[in-house]
Formats: sequence, structure tokens, C-alpha cells
Amino acid sequence: MSTATKKVVDERLYEVGELTRVEGEGSLRLRVRDGEVVEARLGIFETPRYFEQLVVGRTPDEVIDMVARICGICPVAYQMSASHAFEDLFGIRIDPSSRALRRLFYCGEWIESHALHIYLLHAPDFLGYPSALDMAADHRPLVEKALAMKKAGNHLVKILGGRPIHPVSVRVGGWSRAPRVSELKEHRAALADALAFAQETVRIVSGFTMPAFAREPRVVSLRHAAEYPFNDGRIVSSDGIDLAPSDWRDAFQEVHVEGSNALHARSLDGKGPYLVGPAARVSLAAEQLHPLAKDALAASGYADLIRTNMFASIVARAVELVHALAEALDIIDAYRPPAEPLVAWKSRPGVAAWATEAPRGLLFHRYEVDEAGRITAAQIVPPTSQNQAAIEADLVVAAKEVLDLSHEEATLRLEQMIRSYDPCISCATHFLDLTIEEA
Amino acid sequence: MTTHATAAAHHAPVVARPRVGVVKFASCDGCQLTLLDLEDELLSIVEHFEIVDFPEATSSRSPGPYDVLFVEGSVSEPAHLERIVELRRRTRYLVTIGACATAGGIQALRNWGDHDAFRAGVYAHPEWIQSLARSTPIAEHVAVDAELRGCPIDPGQLVELLTALTTGRRPQLRDESVCMECKRRGVVCVMVGKGIPCLGQVTQTGCGAICPRFGRGCYGCFGPREQANAAGLARHLQMAGDRPREEVGRLFAGFTAYNEPFRSMVTELGGTRTGRAAADTAPTTGGKR
Repeated sequence: MSTATKKVVDERLYEVGELTRVEGEGSLRLRVRDGEVVEARLGIFETPRYFEQLVVGRTPDEVIDMVARICGICPVAYQMSASHAFEDLFGIRIDPSSRALRRLFYCGEWIESHALHIYLLHAPDFLGYPSALDMAADHRPLVEKALAMKKAGNHLVKILGGRPIHPVSVRVGGWSRAPRVSELKEHRAALADALAFAQETVRIVSGFTMPAFAREPRVVSLRHAAEYPFNDGRIVSSDGIDLAPSDWRDAFQEVHVEGSNALHARSLDGKGPYLVGPAARVSLAAEQLHPLAKDALAASGYADLIRTNMFASIVARAVELVHALAEALDIIDAYRPPAEPLVAWKSRPGVAAWATEAPRGLLFHRYEVDEAGRITAAQIVPPTSQNQAAIEADLVVAAKEVLDLSHEEATLRLEQMIRSYDPCISCATHFLDLTIEEA
Repeated sequence: MTTHATAAAHHAPVVARPRVGVVKFASCDGCQLTLLDLEDELLSIVEHFEIVDFPEATSSRSPGPYDVLFVEGSVSEPAHLERIVELRRRTRYLVTIGACATAGGIQALRNWGDHDAFRAGVYAHPEWIQSLARSTPIAEHVAVDAELRGCPIDPGQLVELLTALTTGRRPQLRDESVCMECKRRGVVCVMVGKGIPCLGQVTQTGCGAICPRFGRGCYGCFGPREQANAAGLARHLQMAGDRPREEVGRLFAGFTAYNEPFRSMVTELGGTRTGRAAADTAPTTGGKR
């Protein structure tokens, strides 16, 4: 971490050359002159890997394997958005039990990803450590329980997909293999322990000192009448957007901005940045939270602050941990193996598009499919590229709060704010078949 | 320079609490995440190893020197060329982790394509983007002391390597094909039993034969075995299965496509976008076989 200080009389520069405890390679740069922000930038220098180009010519099932590799933390999300997009285009109805397993799969990834972020990446900021490994010296039982909770999520993905990172069993039409009831039951006790610790986690993180920060963000997520959003629902916003999960492009677009290897997502209505992720979901879909998660949210006292104070996203993530663990147990208790884990299908040409909720927020995929069932064009819009404009806008908000701090403390605070988004920079760095000039 | 270090991992120097770095090049972070996914072992690992640089996990940084450096990702942009040489200079024992570092990764599929077209096809301003025409494994640039294969690496192999490092012995990593693993586990052969194409016989083991156990053919994410007869398998799949060349090519055009002999199969049969068979217009089918 290089914290360069180039003070020019009344100009202050806060800079982090390489952000740590985030996924991937990014930098932060905030320049303030006479109290006015003149530059606020989240740089993404992660090297491009051209996924949207690599999938051209490939088949839908190959795409599911390939796009998982965009992100080691949220491969399930990529497999979910892709499989649902193709199933929608090809008119495939998967077995209801396969659908429940898809939700269970997502529960596993949210548990693993949120536990990783809360305890290994973000809590060290609130408790004053460079890492969770250092934190463990003083808080060993806490870190041990956090690792056990993370393992419970990873193991769930492993039962369903063979391994926690880049699982292999999701196919267009369902699953190459569905788990036996006994495999899931055997994992029940670990999940129940993790649920108890998730409830404790909501209490722990809502006791953290939250830095001052206030703004009214525009929030966007999926919303479903009966379920907390994972694979299904409509794309909604706090100000009236309401779209089918395939129609993201009716309200949003991506723009190539200089100095970034990611494309920024913008809304077409020109209303400015929007926020996706746990804080957005908890704000828009609180009604659909599991009763245990609702209770935890109410008891936290953070129901409103989650939306207005970015630092409080750690509470939203903890509430979602409670939800994911509680729902996982419910699904396991009701589980009957699908009669037909994998239904037969035939491709048809057209546009396959769908959005699901990755741990970090809305993840939109769009594929053009030809007569032979091959991909001719692809667009993948990860949560972090949608949040990038909001992160930069929030740096401006945060700037007001840090000017009285020492340079080192201020820089640390800004980095902590960026970590509040749980940015996934490997995800954000990828290339689209979309060429829109920066306005 | 070792290209098949799984079989020929060097002995590590014995150091009390070695200074360890974990760095990335072009990758998804999944292999370094495997270290953090060793939930049961992580806290004892940090007692035996001093993690001096691991930006994904800690804000404490160190430019080295490192007793052990884990390198994830492929060499993929101009700045990587100097960076890997510099890191090698500061490292006693360099371990490449995962398909990107050991084979160039899925992004090496661009090595068969037109890099400028890729860049321009996606970006409004390709001139702002720094990347190399080819994505290449670390061993193409510097000497590598040991490698862990896989997309992602296997947690068990990682623990074995770490354990070996504490005593200076050679890591015991199986050097055989995925087929052997299936036989040991009593998994019915998906190719013989269900007619599903499988790369298991030409692919290095290490994963635990996950794909066949989950009703799929192996897709080669641990890369080719030494002296694998990929051409023989390719011929068999075309003749016995009556599959078009390009379909067989696509089997090899995966996460370790740029390692020989998979590389020659892709070049010969196609499978990446440049080798696409345009005449094929029958719909793709899937699901139940």
C-alpha cells in the first residue's frame, strides 16, 4: 500500500496505489482543493481477460463452465445468470426440486462470500487490524467461528457442485447430478451452528462504531413477490424502475471510461449513479427476508442506516447471512431429489438474457445465440461495474468527513469505505461487445 | 525451467517460519482464495509461515525477499513481463498455482485469435487498454520450483505442499491420470458407460475425479499429463463417437488449452472462435442423454 502525500499548499491528495482486502487489483485517488473535491477515482488496473470474446462460438453448457472463471469468489452467480438466460430462451422448465437446489446453491455462495467479506476483509477495518490473521491473535474464538461459518457455506456448494470454487454440476436444464437427501442432512448441524453464529454476527457488527456518512442512494435489485431475490424476480429501483430480469438494457447501459479496465454501468435516464448489493436488496426486499433475518434486522437498529450509511453495509451482509443460512436449512428439510435432475432441451436462436443476485449485487448476462446453438455475442455486467460510479460519488460524500483526520487516518477511512462495497475487481474487468463513447 | 514440476517439484530450502508472499497476475483469484478456504488449517498455517505479502487478505505489505512465493495468474500485459522477473529475483522458492499460472488459463484462448480485434470488438477506446497478444504460463518467463495444477487448485494438494515446505521434503503429488482416480474410487467410466466424451485419460489427476463423479466428462482443468496421447483420444472420439473435428477440438479448448499436447489438438481440430465450423447449423441439444 503506497500512501503518497503530495501536499500543494491547500491541495490534498489521498491515494492508495493498490487496494488491499478486495478481490482483484484497483486503486483509489481523491484530490481535494480548498475543501472541494476535484477528482474522485476508483481505478481498475486488473488485466483484461476478454470473456465476452472467448465465449463466441461456444455452446451454452460450455459458457456455464467458462464464465464461472470470471470470479473465484462468486462462480455460482455467473453459472446462475448464464443457465437461467439460456433456459429462458430455450423454453426449458426445470424440475421444481432443481429450482430449489439452485436457491440452495446460491445460499452456499452467499454464506461463503459474506462470511469472507465480513470477517476476513472488512471487520479488520472496524477493529483496527491489518488482517483477520492479525485479528486472530486477539480474537481467536471469533475468527475460528467465522471460518467455521465460511466453511459451512463452502461445503454446501461442494455437496451440490463437487468443489466450492468453480463447481461442475450446473447444466442448462438442471444438474448433472442431484445430491442424495442424506448428503444434505449430514451437513445440517454445521449449518445450524453457523446460523446461530450469523445471528450473533448481526449483533457484533451492529455494535461496531460506524463512521459518519449520509446520503440517499438510488438502489437497484431484483424483487420477487414470494422470495428473497436469488435467481428470479423483477429488476426494480427505489425510484420506479420495474423490468423483467431479461430487460436490463431497457434502463441501463455500459460506458468505457478512461483509466479503467472495467466498463461503468449507467442508467439511461441520466439520473446518475445507483447502488446494487446487500444494502440495496435489504432496502428493496426486506419484506421477503426470512423471519429470523427480519428479527435480526429489526433488533440491529440499522433498518434505515443500511441504505444511507455505506459503512453499515456490513450489517446488511450479516442480515443476509442469517437469511441464507435459515433458508438453506428450510430447503434441506423439505428436499426431495428431483425426478428429472436434467431435462432434455434443444437450442433455438435468439437472445438469452437474465439477471440474478450475486453476493455483491445484480449480475446481468446477455447472449446472442445462432441457429446452431452457438454464441455469437455476449455481454456480462457484474455488480462492481454497476457500483463503480456510486463508489466514486460516495468518495465525494466521504471526503467531507475525512478532512479533519490525519492524512493516514483519512486514507484508511476512504479505503474502508471502498471495502464497504465489497468490490470484486476481477469481475468488473472484462470486455463487452458494446462500444458506446463516453459522453 | 520446469514445465512439469508437479512430477519434479524441487526440494524446498528449510527455513524456520518462511516468509511467504501470494501475488496475482491475470486470474480470477480462485486459487489464492483456496488458501483462505483452508478454514481448518489457516490459523495454524500462519503459525508456521509468516505471510508477508498477500494483498487480498492483508493490508500489511512487503516487497520481499520471499522464502516462498505463490504466483497465481498468467502473464498477460506488458507490465507483467518485468514484474515476474523482478519477483523471481526476490524469491527462493517459487510456486505457480492454478491453470492460469501453469497453462495460461482460459484467457489463453485468445492466443489463437486476433488480439486487436478482441480489444476493438469490446472497447470504445482500445488504445487505453494494455494487454499482450498472448496469455502465457509463468514458466515461459522464469524458472519455477513447483507447480500446483487445477482450475482451481486442490486444497489437499495445497496442504501437502505447505506441509512439505515446513520440513524441506519433496511434496508428494500424484503423477497419474484422472482415470486412475476413477478406478480407485469405483466411479463407473462415463465414456464407456454413458458415451460422454471425457479427457480423464489424458489429464493430470489431483481434483479427485470430480466431473465423472458428478456425471460429466473431465474437461481437463488440471492440464495434460506428461506424454498424454491426446491425438489418440481425439481420433477415437471422432471415429467411435462420429463427432465432428471441431466438437472434439472444443473439448481441448478449455482452461489448460495452451499446454501441449492440448495446444496442438486445438490448432489442428479448431474449437476456439477462429477454428469455428461455420457450416454446422443443426441446433445444439443437451440435458438427458
